[in-house]
Amino acid sequence: MSRFAMVIDTRRCVGCYDCVVACKTENGVPEGYSRDWITEEVHGAFPTLQMEIRSERCNHCDNPPCVSCCPTGASHVHEPGGVVLVTHDKCIGCKACLAACPYNARFIHPDGYADKCTFCIHRVERGLDPACVSVCPTHCMHFGDLDDPQSEVSQLLNSRPHHALLPEAGTKPCIFYLT
Amino acid sequence: MNPLTELTLSRHNPLVDPTLHVWQWQIPIYLFLGGLVAGLMIIAGVRLIAIRPTQREALVCCTIGPLAGLVFLSLGMFVLFLDLSHKLYVWRLYTTFQITSPMSWGSWILLLVYPALAANALAHLPEAIPALAKRFPVLIAWSDFILSRTRLVVAIGIANVLVGIGLGIYTGILLGTLGARPLWNSALLGPLFLFSGLSTAAALLHGILVLTSSGEELPAFADFLLSSLTRLAQARPLDQKVAPVLAGADNSFLTIELGLLSLFLIGHLTSTAVHQQAATLLLSGPYAAVFWIFVISLGIVLPLILQTLELQNSIRHTLAPALLVIFGGIALRFILVYAGQQSHWFHALN
Amino acid sequence: MMNLSRRRFLKIGAGTMAAAGSLDASLHVLAGSGKPAARGTRTVPTFCNLCFWECGAIATVRDGKLWKIEGNPLDPLSRGRLCPRGTGGIGAHFDPDRLRSPLLRVSERGEEKWKAVTWDEALSFIAGNMQKIKAEYGPESFAAFIHGLGGKFFKQTLRAYGTENIAAPSFAQCRGPRDVGFTLTFGDGVGSPERTDIENAQCIVLIGSHIGENMHNTQVQEFAAAVGKGASIIVADPRFSVAASKAKFYLPVKPGTDLALLLAWMNVIVGEKLYDKEYVDKYGLGFEQFAAEIQPFTPEWAYPETGIDPDLIRATAREMARYRPATLIHPGRHSSWYGDDAQRSRAIALLNALMGSWGRKGGLYIPAGMEIPGYPVPPYPKSEKPPVDNPNNQYPFADEAISTGIREATLTGKPYPVKGWLVYATNLLYSLPNQAETIRAIQNLDLFVVVDTIPSEIACWADIVLPESIYLERYDELHSEPFRQPFIALRQPVVDAPADQKPNWWIAKTLAEKLGLGAYYPWKDIEEYLAARLKAAGYSFEDLKRDGILPGPQRPIYFEDGAPAVFDTPSKKIEFYSAQLQKAGFDPVPKYTPPEQPPQGSYRLLFGRAPTHSFSRTQTNPLLMDLQNENSVWVNAVEAQRLGLKSGDYVRLRNLDGQVSNRVLVKATERIRPDCVYITHGWGHTSRMLRSAFGRGASDSQLITRYKTDPLMGGTGMNVNFVTLETEV
Ligand SMILES: Nc1nc2c(c(=O)[nH]1)N[C@H]1C(S)=C(S)[C@@H](COP(=O)(O)OP(=O)(O)OC[C@H]3O[C@@H](n4cnc5c(=O)[nH]c(N)nc54)[C@H](O)[C@@H]3O)O[C@H]1N2
Ligand SMILES: Nc1nc2c(c(=O)[nH]1)N[C@H]1C(S)=C(S)[C@@H](COP(=O)(O)OP(=O)(O)OC[C@H]3O[C@@H](n4cnc5c(=O)[nH]c(N)nc54)[C@H](O)[C@@H]3O)O[C@H]1N2
Ligand code: SF4
Ligand code: SF4
Ligand code: SF4
Ligand code: SF4
Ligand code: SF4
Ligand SMILES: [Mo]
Repeated sequence: MSRFAMVIDTRRCVGCYDCVVACKTENGVPEGYSRDWITEEVHGAFPTLQMEIRSERCNHCDNPPCVSCCPTGASHVHEPGGVVLVTHDKCIGCKACLAACPYNARFIHPDGYADKCTFCIHRVERGLDPACVSVCPTHCMHFGDLDDPQSEVSQLLNSRPHHALLPEAGTKPCIFYLT
Repeated sequence: MNPLTELTLSRHNPLVDPTLHVWQWQIPIYLFLGGLVAGLMIIAGVRLIAIRPTQREALVCCTIGPLAGLVFLSLGMFVLFLDLSHKLYVWRLYTTFQITSPMSWGSWILLLVYPALAANALAHLPEAIPALAKRFPVLIAWSDFILSRTRLVVAIGIANVLVGIGLGIYTGILLGTLGARPLWNSALLGPLFLFSGLSTAAALLHGILVLTSSGEELPAFADFLLSSLTRLAQARPLDQKVAPVLAGADNSFLTIELGLLSLFLIGHLTSTAVHQQAATLLLSGPYAAVFWIFVISLGIVLPLILQTLELQNSIRHTLAPALLVIFGGIALRFILVYAGQQSHWFHALN
Repeated sequence: MMNLSRRRFLKIGAGTMAAAGSLDASLHVLAGSGKPAARGTRTVPTFCNLCFWECGAIATVRDGKLWKIEGNPLDPLSRGRLCPRGTGGIGAHFDPDRLRSPLLRVSERGEEKWKAVTWDEALSFIAGNMQKIKAEYGPESFAAFIHGLGGKFFKQTLRAYGTENIAAPSFAQCRGPRDVGFTLTFGDGVGSPERTDIENAQCIVLIGSHIGENMHNTQVQEFAAAVGKGASIIVADPRFSVAASKAKFYLPVKPGTDLALLLAWMNVIVGEKLYDKEYVDKYGLGFEQFAAEIQPFTPEWAYPETGIDPDLIRATAREMARYRPATLIHPGRHSSWYGDDAQRSRAIALLNALMGSWGRKGGLYIPAGMEIPGYPVPPYPKSEKPPVDNPNNQYPFADEAISTGIREATLTGKPYPVKGWLVYATNLLYSLPNQAETIRAIQNLDLFVVVDTIPSEIACWADIVLPESIYLERYDELHSEPFRQPFIALRQPVVDAPADQKPNWWIAKTLAEKLGLGAYYPWKDIEEYLAARLKAAGYSFEDLKRDGILPGPQRPIYFEDGAPAVFDTPSKKIEFYSAQLQKAGFDPVPKYTPPEQPPQGSYRLLFGRAPTHSFSRTQTNPLLMDLQNENSVWVNAVEAQRLGLKSGDYVRLRNLDGQVSNRVLVKATERIRPDCVYITHGWGHTSRMLRSAFGRGASDSQLITRYKTDPLMGGTGMNVNFVTLETEV
């Protein structure tokens, strides 16, 4: 099996939004919406400060509450890779999945269905990196298979300290941030 | 790490940012109506079994209640439909059953509610609304068919009770399973909404009894407000047997509801910082005023007092407790749906 | 021809937009030189124009519609990745506020009342008026502001016409002071793209260079690579920039005191003999005098000026020395800050010299370029008059035209009158300090032509506005700048222009023909021109069209690899002590003068870049506006609390000359010193025709009424304005 994941190096990320705009053009994300976003977390008091900048998106959780709450099966786990996807013509727009996601990663597309990051599965299946990964000017994003110990993502996670977002929410997120 | 100083999030997805508000008035109304219908079903089921074909006083519970339940259920489903953003695909609910999804359970339970309620209503319909029975004699035949089979009556009663419990709990579980919103993270939401549903149902039936009682026992303000309605039903005197039972039952439901609500909040307050923060939204945060005034004081405590006085025959039975309880039930759903969406795992940070 | 009031113009704008929509639809069928549009995708290599870095890119068209643009992996600048602006660049094609046809002013200047005219009418009008100016005042009285590569043919037409008074804000308002400071020291400037070997540096010192917000692509990529490799980063900035968050040492320097910090660093490095003695002995001149001059400037001396702890100054000086010569003190780029900028830049150059980093790996490499012969044209007429921008060589070290000098001459009529302006691709009201001066100068003109893609503020003041097609819709001059690796890049059309917009080469060529200067354009169209130039250089136009980039032969870029250690100073050495400065009456070794301090209750206004926007040119790009659609004013959190402000409030900024900004969001943050506030440049648009940008955010340009001119080279220091915050009610 394979388990797709992203590993993002916060030491390199400069919060430039390139990943956001690349996602918008690649996936035709409508004006006013975004599938990925930037979070800046600042600790300390001037001038002794620390800042972590993160590019965030759906975590393609291993234990995705958005899937388990979906009444129609529109939200589902796509194999191989464990990518969480929404089948547009199964979605009724009940928004349970929006409420179920602790990361607020989903939104209602103007056409009515729930939408979010797809891990660019249409690219991944053609052997490409997701658009945001392939555009990032700082090369801080890595995409790959956690089940393959040789993959870049596995090796990075083995060799560098990292954290995921809201592990306490129990969703088992699959995006990891190197620190 | 130092305590968080600043968190900047660059995202403006409508309905999601800056705080989640994907569910607006439709969902609390739907949850309220669902709870009410659940309460009506349980009461109707219990009465149907308890009174048996011979006793015919409590028609309000067995017939008017289920009939009203059918209307409320349809209304609730309509309101839910209004909330869907991909309406054309609503049929997709019924091409699948998602075992982990309370909403899927709910959509199928809702389908069971109709026949159960209808059967319950049919059992005593001819006595309850003789005019209708006169126009559609088939109703009498159906009623006779049901009442002549004791086991069927019991089955209908039990079905109503069970489906009712399912429906009532589902309205709470629907929120309770959404772990992303700390305020909703409680298994108690199911029973809480169930008992809240029961209390609103009892109050509604009690209210209907008050409304349909004879002229002299009618409270003046209700007369003023609802004279036309009452005139329609002036023939029937206040059922002195059922009304106190309903008021008493309602008091028990309200007391249990209050207890569950307390447990629910205590549970949060003794849980993680995130959950404490969530409970604080109700207790002292932006929702505190509504919570203390409309949910607790006017929605539970005051009707409890009024109904206790009614039961002690210190005051006459009036519409007031019914209206208060119903209003309190609505307020509870609104406040939990709204505050729940605002509660968040990140909020403990800032 | 139609008479249009502004409102009706908007209506027609919208009307043509709708028409453009259907036009676009028909283009689906017609895309690709008249052939029916293929379903599916096609890609076209070109290069980006969202800023002056000019990254190689590949655009993708899907079903006849522009879909996306990505970096060209063959390009040494982009290395296959664009910056956010580049990625969002396609929004410029869809920008609903674009200019659509030539517009002739029908009312007072600045009133934004126009009539649409044909290209023939427009260019005849311009040519006629240019001939009038030439006859009456001489061709030198027609000046131009031309920024960027697209201006090449306008320069050609104007030189043929007889004027060399052509300037850009990239000198006096941008990198001029830096390049002058470096040229005085090493005999050569830093250039664009910068010759900074960030990737291989082991210690990088950023003095206000906010790389990561400043998105010059290769710089950012290399900076991240260096961070990834664990390079030691030292950042001096009054604001905790993104780069500062990656730094080992952050120095919250008091604005305007960097020169004191630099002197103290050099004091430590020389005093503790931490510099590269061999390098200095071999290539340097005047080191002893220099060492003597900086002797008094100890960290203790610098402390009250800069606010930086002497121990921190020492620690960072030693840190730099530890990694030399792979220590890069970044020269910065936009360096026109306080009026002492060329000297500050010279101090940066000297610090690099002490590290031995010029010409060395991890320092400032020697870039390699390519030879492409120009297309032969007849000789340009020789001007009889001196350049108008720098009379009497007032700024002796200015080695490019001073934009504000042309403005000054237009205002005063001295040394001779300036009666016509052509502005190409520069929004002078945003790029020059003191907008009122620019507007007064414009009032002295007989002819004012603006070539732009959108109705920018400067276009609103024009007599005639010419709409250019955007970079994705045209060919341009070849792009080839000296860099790590030599290359030639081609810009070629990806999609058609949506309306009656024309490319610069066509406009400039047609104007030249109307001026009777057709001989300077012996080619039929630009493809013929490009093919001929490439052929002369031994390359094929077809190859370049296919690949977008032609790599040149790699040459050594470090001294240690054989790059020539040539210093083009008068002494042919690295001038630690500058005799030419001394001769011209300036400090031969930089000296520090404390900057003026903000009056009680006011803050120094600082400005910089947002990663998602370029200057004032991207605020109508729907894709980029979706990322950020207004700027905010950074206020120190404690100050904000004192003022009763919190993030999300709106305020107005008022400067000491009474200019009041648009309302602007407050960002109350720990990330800035308490004595200054910060906004990103390019916001607060006042052109009503920029519908999606109008009135959004505050404009630094509006508040920069004061500026300090650099006595060496005429650069305009713009960080010298103070503002107060007014609560928005
Ligand atoms: N207050 C203040 N002033 C500054 C700066 C600052 O930060 N603050 N920065 C300084 C610096 S570093 C620089 S480099 C300069 C930059 O100064 P400018 O080059 O003037 O930058 P912009 O403000 O973007 O104006 C560019 C104009 O060119 C137009 N344009 C864009 N693309 C094209 C095209 O393809 N064809 C044509 N014909 N027009 C086009 C845009 O619409 C816009 O009107 O400003 C300097 N001045
Ligand atoms: N996204 C984006 N990137 C761009 C551009 C753009 O428009 N958009 N424009 C490009 C161009 S042409 C240029 S010239 C560059 C300009 O970018 P840079 O050359 O990197 O920087 P500046 O604009 O000069 O400086 C802004 C930074 O200097 C700090 N600063 C202000 N005053 C002082 C001071 O007194 N001392 C110190 N040490 N720091 C100070 C500010 O806090 C801010 O961090 O950006 C380029 N990159
Ligand atoms: S593109 Fe890369 S560097 Fe830029 S914000 Fe996204 S992850 Fe960070
Ligand atoms: S991040 Fe949210 S939307 Fe994505 S899989 Fe997890 S719960 Fe679902
Ligand atoms: S909105 Fe769509 S995807 Fe989300 S839970 Fe409802 S049906 Fe499933
Ligand atoms: S993986 Fe694809 S869909 Fe997800 S954020 Fe990146 S670009 Fe967008
Ligand atoms: S740095 Fe960005 S905006 Fe500038 S040319 Fe490169 S991709 Fe375009
Ligand atoms: Mo610049």
